[in-house]
Amino acid sequence: MSEIRTLIVDDSSVMRKIVERALRQAGLDPLVVHEAGSGTEGLDILKAKDVDLILSDINMPSMDGLEFLRQIRAQNLAPGVPVVMITTESSEEHVKQAIQAGAQGYIRKPFTAEQVKERVLPLVHAA
Amino acid sequence: MLLNGVRTAAIVRGRVCGADEMERSMAVSLRESVQLVSDPRNLDASVEEVFRMMLGVNCQRETGSVSMEPESVTAVVGFGGLLSGACVFRSGSVAAMKIAGNMTGMEFTEIDDIVKDGIGEICNMLAGAWKGKVPELAANCGLSVPAVITGRDYNLHVQAPEFQLHHSYRFESIGFEVTIVCDGLQ
Repeated sequence: MSEIRTLIVDDSSVMRKIVERALRQAGLDPLVVHEAGSGTEGLDILKAKDVDLILSDINMPSMDGLEFLRQIRAQNLAPGVPVVMITTESSEEHVKQAIQAGAQGYIRKPFTAEQVKERVLPLVHAA
Repeated sequence: MLLNGVRTAAIVRGRVCGADEMERSMAVSLRESVQLVSDPRNLDASVEEVFRMMLGVNCQRETGSVSMEPESVTAVVGFGGLLSGACVFRSGSVAAMKIAGNMTGMEFTEIDDIVKDGIGEICNMLAGAWKGKVPELAANCGLSVPAVITGRDYNLHVQAPEFQLHHSYRFESIGFEVTIVCDGLQ
């Protein structure tokens, strides 16, 4: 399998590491990870680098994950790249908002590596 | 906002059915929310879920309060919307380093930014899991980003909350406290 270039957007560096570890446990290997601490940083990375997968938190200061997602689509960054939201927000309304903004997947925190595998691998293989 | 949607629906009902009907409809809704939200089992289930899934440990509820080192770490995540208040996580510094170590696979000898970040995230997930137990809250209550406080010999005081849940837990030799403070429920 060729390397999977992944952008992880979360204001928590610990959560970024946990998500990266879960992706590796899910069998995404070799994995190249770009980390962003905010939606704004995430957009800057997408303007400079190609990625195969994007995982983003929703509840972040300055630019939240939903706005980040809308900006990706509005600026036509990373076309066709699957986006998975990873967040503590779990209501149907939040899921609907994320899907409307263009997300292909949704994982609620706390999560297990198995849940990451189930939700992310099919998207990577389909892309 | 869905919160506004809830209010608007009540007002529309009031116009059709009269002010008394509107007040009665809102009161029923409030009573239902208080009963569900203040159920202590929701907090226990949330703590068990977060620690099992993120740290791979089983937490036990303690009947009394856990002994706390003088130096402690407190994380606060605020609730806003249908419910206003906060979720507060507090542990001793050694416990905080152990928790962050379990989360990250790293070893810590001091309360650095990574430990604070990890404890803030634990509190964030506890707050999210707890409000997620009540569908009304899951959709109509937002979370603030976590704030983390470190120091020695400090106390948290909340004036006249609507209700408060204060539970102590333990895994292995590590004790910590989780408090849900509700100072307003719409």
